[in-house]
This record gives sequence, C-alpha cells and structure tokens, in this order.
Amino acid sequence: MTVIDAGHAPSTPSGSASVLAVDRPPSVLRQALRMRRTQIGLVVAGVMVAIALFGPYLAPYGAREYVGSPNVRNAPKTRFGTDYFGQDVWSRFLHGGRSILILAVCATILGVGLGTLFGLAAAYARGRTDELLMRALDILLAFPQVLLSLVVIAMFSPSGFVVVLTVGFTTVPRVARIMRGAAIGVVERDFIGAAEAIGESRRRVLFSEILPNVSATLLVEANLRLTYAVGLIASLSFLGFTPELNSANWGLMIQENGSALTVQPWGVFLPTFAIAALTVGNGLISDGLSRVVAGIDRGKANV
Amino acid sequence: MSGLRVNGLRLEVTSTGHDIVDDIDLHVPAGTVLGLVGESGSGKTTVGLAVLGHTRHGVRIASGAITCGDTEILSLSAEALRAVRGGGVTYVPQDPASSLNPALRLRTQLAEVLEVHNFGGSSAARDARLIEMMREVLLPDDAQFLQRYPHQLSGGQQQRVALAMSFACRPAVIVLDEPTTGLDVSTQAHVLTTVRSLAKAHGVAALYITHDLAVVADLADAVAVMYAGRVVEQGATADIFARPAHPYTRHLVAAAPDIGGAREIVGLSGRAPAPGKRPDGCFFALRCELVTDACRVAMPALIDVAPGHGVRCIRSGELAAQPVVVGRHRGAGVRADPVMSVTALNAGYQGTMVVRDVGFELHRGQCLALVGESGSGKTTVSRSIGGLHHEWTGQVTLSGSPLARASRQRSLEQRMKVQYVFQNPYSSLNPRRTVGDSVMRPLLVAKTSRREAEQLVAEMLERVALTAAYANSYPNQLSGGERQRVAIARALVSRPDVLVCDEVTSALDVLVQAAIVELLGGLRRDLGLSMLFVTHNLPLVRSIADSVVVMNEGRIVEQGLCEDVIGNPQQEYTARLIADTPSIEQSR
Repeated sequence: MTVIDAGHAPSTPSGSASVLAVDRPPSVLRQALRMRRTQIGLVVAGVMVAIALFGPYLAPYGAREYVGSPNVRNAPKTRFGTDYFGQDVWSRFLHGGRSILILAVCATILGVGLGTLFGLAAAYARGRTDELLMRALDILLAFPQVLLSLVVIAMFSPSGFVVVLTVGFTTVPRVARIMRGAAIGVVERDFIGAAEAIGESRRRVLFSEILPNVSATLLVEANLRLTYAVGLIASLSFLGFTPELNSANWGLMIQENGSALTVQPWGVFLPTFAIAALTVGNGLISDGLSRVVAGIDRGKANV
Repeated sequence: MSGLRVNGLRLEVTSTGHDIVDDIDLHVPAGTVLGLVGESGSGKTTVGLAVLGHTRHGVRIASGAITCGDTEILSLSAEALRAVRGGGVTYVPQDPASSLNPALRLRTQLAEVLEVHNFGGSSAARDARLIEMMREVLLPDDAQFLQRYPHQLSGGQQQRVALAMSFACRPAVIVLDEPTTGLDVSTQAHVLTTVRSLAKAHGVAALYITHDLAVVADLADAVAVMYAGRVVEQGATADIFARPAHPYTRHLVAAAPDIGGAREIVGLSGRAPAPGKRPDGCFFALRCELVTDACRVAMPALIDVAPGHGVRCIRSGELAAQPVVVGRHRGAGVRADPVMSVTALNAGYQGTMVVRDVGFELHRGQCLALVGESGSGKTTVSRSIGGLHHEWTGQVTLSGSPLARASRQRSLEQRMKVQYVFQNPYSSLNPRRTVGDSVMRPLLVAKTSRREAEQLVAEMLERVALTAAYANSYPNQLSGGERQRVAIARALVSRPDVLVCDEVTSALDVLVQAAIVELLGGLRRDLGLSMLFVTHNLPLVRSIADSVVVMNEGRIVEQGLCEDVIGNPQQEYTARLIADTPSIEQSR
C-alpha cells in the first residue's frame, strides 16, 4: 500500500477555506491559451471563421452574378478578376465559406456527440456490450472516410442534410475509439463505485460523473474533427458533390477554376488559402489543447 | 572509519534555493541499522538518495559530506560514482515489481550486478557468489528458479531478489527505502529478518527509511526522526521509544497503533510546512501545544538529553522526564442487537470463487474489523455487502430484510442505510465536482429538497471537523486526510445504519490515520453507527474495533472479540499473523 502524500495539509483544519492546501490549477482552456501556438491558431482560424460568416455581407457582387468576360485576371471593377464563368472571384470567395463551415459544424456536432455517447457507454458497460459496440465501429473504421461518404452521397442526392449525416456518421467510430480510451481510466476510479452505491442512474453516471472527467479530451477531439470535417466537405465539393449548386463554395471553386490555373490563379488560390488557413489555425488550437491534456509542456503525465 | 557518516547535509531546490533538508548529521556504524522515520514529504527519501550521490530533477546537494566506508561520496566524479553505486553503496526501492527488469531472467539480472563491478575477478567466482546470494536471502538457488522472470515471483520473492542484488558485492552501506510497504506482514517479517542478519553478518551499515514506527522498533538499532527536512530527534531505539523528548516524536508514538496493546491513538492537526514556507524558529511550533515565544525565534540545535540521544527542542529536558501516556481502547462488547447479518456468502470473479462460506453478524453500535492479508477476499466481501460486486450468492440481511446483489436492485432506503467509504480518497471523489456537490448527491438521490440538503451538508462537514466553507472547494485543493473526511461526510450524510470502511486509512500518514480513526470512533458513539472496518492492519484493529473476523484464502479463520482473538488466538494462522506483526511495546 503506497502512502500517499498527506503530511503537507491540515488533518483537522479550522477557519476559512483559505487554509486549503493548494489553489485550483487553471482549466485546460486557460492553460492552452498561454501557449503561442494556440494564440496564433485562434487568430488565424478566427479571421477565417469571420470571413466565412460575414463575407456574404461584404461581397461587392452576388455569388452567381456575371460581371465580365471569363478568366480575366485584372477585369475592371473587380479585385481579383473573374472566374471561368465571368463571375467575381473575390465575391465568390467571400460567399464560399459559410456553407462549408455550417455543414462542418453540424457534422462535427453529430459525429462527436454520437461518438462520445458510444465511447462512454462502451467503457462503462464493459464486457460483451463493449466488445460488440467497438467491433461494429471497427468495421466502419476499415472504410476510408472519403470513400464511405462518396458512396452514401452518390446513393442519395447531395443535399446539405445528407452531407451532414454522412460526414457526421463516418466520424463516429473514430471519436468513439478515442473517448472510450479516455473513459476507461475514469470508470475504474472509486467515485464511479460511490455513485453506483447510492443508486445513481446509468445516465447520470455517464453524463455527470464520467463526461466531465473526459471533457478535455472531448475538447481536443471535437476541434480536430471539425478540422477534418471542413477538409472533407471541401473535398466532396471539389469532387462535384455540392449541396447547393447555385451558391459558391470553396471546394467547388477550386474544381471549377482548376483548368484555368495558369491564366487566372486567383480563382484557385483564394479558396485553397482559405481552407488551408482554417484547417491550420484549427489544427494549432487542437495541438495546444492536446499538449495541455497530455501534460507535454509541463514535463509530466496528466493523470 | 567504517559505516555511513553524513555531516551537515543540505539539499535545496535549484531554481529557488529553498532548502528541502538541512543540517542532517547521521552516523550508522557498520553492522547496524538506522531507522529514518518521517511522514511523507519530510525529506527522508531525499536523504536516502543523497547517500548514493543522487538527487531528483531540479534538486541539488548544496553542502555537506557523506562518507560510506572510506569513500567520500560527494567528491567523486560521475564515473567513480557509477562504480560505487550498486557495489559499495546500494539501494533497495519500495516497489520491487518496478525495480526489476521484467525482460530479464533472474540469473541475467543478478549476474549483471556482479559483472559490472567485476566481483571476484572470474566468472567462476561470480557464479559461486550468485548461488551464495540466493541462499543468503532464503530463495531457491536451483537453475530452474534462476531461469524465471520477475513476474513469475511473488512480491516477497521479488523484494528478496532486490535484496540479494543490493547485498551482492558486499557493500559498505545499503539504503532501504520502505522496502516492505507493499508486502503482507508475514513476508515483511521474512524480509526484515533477512536485512537484519545480513547487515550484522557482513558488517553493512543499513539506512532503513520508513513511516512505520513498529517496523523501526523491531528492526533498528538507532532511530532518526525527520520533520520538515530536519532531524528532530535521534538516538538508540530503546531510548527513543522509552523517553521520546521531541513533541513531534511523542505525537508519532501516540498516533501509532500497536499489536501489543489496544492503544487509544491520538492524531494531530495541521501540516508540515513545505520548503520555502518554513517559519523562523522551530518548524514544529505551528502544530505544537507546548509552544513558547522562544520557540519562534530560532531553530533549536540538536542537543543531547542523554548520551547519544539528541533532540531539537528547547523543552526536551522536561519532556524526556515524562513518558508518553497512551490511553487504552476498550471494545464496546457486543449487545445482541444485529443490524446486519451475513450468511453463507460465496463470491467470485467470472466463476472463480474467492470467498467461501463467510458468515458474521454486525450489531448496533459495533465496530467489526474484517482482517486479512492481500488476496484473502476481505475487500470482495465488503464490496458484495456494499452492492458494488455483483457476483455472489448467500444472504446478506439488513434489519431482517435481505439485500439484493447489486446496489441498483436495492430499495432506496436500503441503499441509504448501507454506506461505503473507499480506500483511496484520491480516487473516490469526482475531481470535477465541488466537495459540497459530492456530499450532497446521496441526499438528492433520496429526493431531499435542495435547501434542506445544503443545510445537512454544512452540518455534516462540520461534524467531520471540516468547515462549511469547504463545500465550495474541489478535491485537488485538499490533502489526503481532508479528502477522506469528505468521503466520510458523503457516506454519513444520509444517516446510514451500517458504514463499510474499506482500508480507509492505508493511504494516509500515521498522524492523519490516527485523526481519522479518532473521528470514526467519535461518530460511531454519537450517531450509533455500526461499522464494518476492512483492513490488513492488525494493530489498527486493536485501536478501533470491538470484534474481529480474520480471513485467509477466502474463508473465515477465526472470529470473536478483539481481546480474545488477538490476545489469545486459537488458530495457528492468526497466531502466526500476530507473531509476524512488528510491535513497539513488545520490542521495548
């Protein structure tokens, strides 16, 4: 039996809570925000999210507005010239982020939500339920995410709803795996037994005992999955599976203007840069968070 | 000069210059054992490692001299130090399972030590020494045994292999850092006997680091007591235990349960000041009831109260004259008023039975101790009663009505009437909940209104000697003792009839343990609680329980009143267990 350090604190304390042995360590989010990489990521991703959300209001032209002859790099009254169809590249760029971002966020919420539910349930149930759940998800995991999405979307029409469902569901097994791993360690701890002993319901044990203790992992995972979802939805658009054919969309823009790359590079460069900046920024945030969770920058493992 | 000599040793935190330990003077003559005693955080392990010229990361040896045999450790180059370590000065760590390389067979592992230090000069001599080493530590020396891997040995055997390695090259000094902490008493007794006889036979100076006073009383020739990085008292073992003269040592003695007598153990509040937060004057002044203004001026020097018995206290003279008075714990006896009865309990894991035919009765207001070594099935019994372990058959009744196997199948009232306190307070409280929230959960499950619940939580926190202000703190702000108090408050808030305590003090220091035992005793009297106290610690049983059930290999060996069973055991197993338990009173 290991003797755990207890000698440095009062055994029968008196007075106010100021006699507490130590101050509470700052939250994961706050620790991550102290890191340069997280700060940069937050700025970069923040700018891209702002462009995606507010861009349509700033755009000088509509997303489908014809402004001049196609593929002209310095067409009059445009900032970055015209695209393959004679539309304003800058306006389409400003219009093209919102749908991707909204779909990605919806898909992430769906995927991470379900994945977390399955992961925690598997970890808590253990035994046969755990095996069944995780092996079923393993089978899904065997298919590449893009391939699985393509098959499903090809079967139905590529509406926003289908894209969210597909991207969301293909995210589930990956998230479930991570969350189960994080929850396994928590389930073993005695406070779970203490909750069971007073008869807390399974739902309460899952969501108010286990979940708060894996929230840091969840935060990292959600952010990471958002990054992937943006990339995946842009890729699907590039491959021609666009939810709304009439609107602009960064992935679609790359595909449309790809053939005129040498003549009018802006049509490809702007959306590519946008997707890259959004994913890199997001990635930096995830990295900062995960470093805190794993305790990398403190030189010790986080239990 | 032979043996181990430490003079004026000071270690400090490299970055801040705060001292961790300072002014350490120790002398261990060859062939003797010095017990270095202290609570966790007192700096005893830091001193032990320094003897090998090693410090933890971020810590440096600031000044002092350490002489092992004829070697001055601190003046050695890194290369020379490596040659000495494992040869002339050796170390036995607490956990043998992590100190032995799991990928190497015993022979390879043991031979490595001898080869590195080129013992005996020839491989034939080394082979002979290897066999001899195994005999010294009472392990089989046949080729088949030496082919084993560490995981194929028991904990006691592993620790004996570690001992063999440390004695391999006939060292001048050996440092043992709580080598028996994870072991059962019978294994501990073997290891202690081995250490003592080898040190004597080969003229080794042994520094034995431990928090267990009884082990020291049993084993050591001399004792040094550490508090907050200073040696506060040292002297011959008999002197220290007969006439402890430092208030801290006196508290340690008063807090130690003993198999030799049913002591009424007394805890102590407060905590040892951490490096950088230590006051002017005596470090113990903050917790000392004998404190005077003079104590706060300067750290007292280590002054002899008797030849060879040094004490760092200005009032040591008067204290040395007064023996520590220890009250007697009297069991309450049994009034036939059963609250809970267990009959024909069989329990197992996936079909393998680990508990067979266990039965006992728990009466109102009684404290029943369930005692056994690790693997005896005592925790399985308690978890089955608590509804945490589901694979059992037999009958457990509470106030006459049978309890279902799993806690969720039991009625709300039954769940509230049987409460469980876990061994490890670092694991039993949800780190993401405030203390108040944790303590309130049972009440909310029982559908108490929130306002009333808050009231009850505040009362209960006061009752376990915390304050209502603790309700807003989080577990990671509390010490181990405070956490365990919170866990006890959570268990008691729903006014249970039966409290199941599963090794609740084994993760705590001795003074904190005593404080928790005092608290539990008081609560039991005030609330009319019945307690099932599960423990491996036989001396502790004498200080808390009325009756005892001794378990071995899943069966009950013996049960009855404490003074009958421990004072006059009827079964060979119980008698052996008691004989193997080190005792302060009996070694006087």
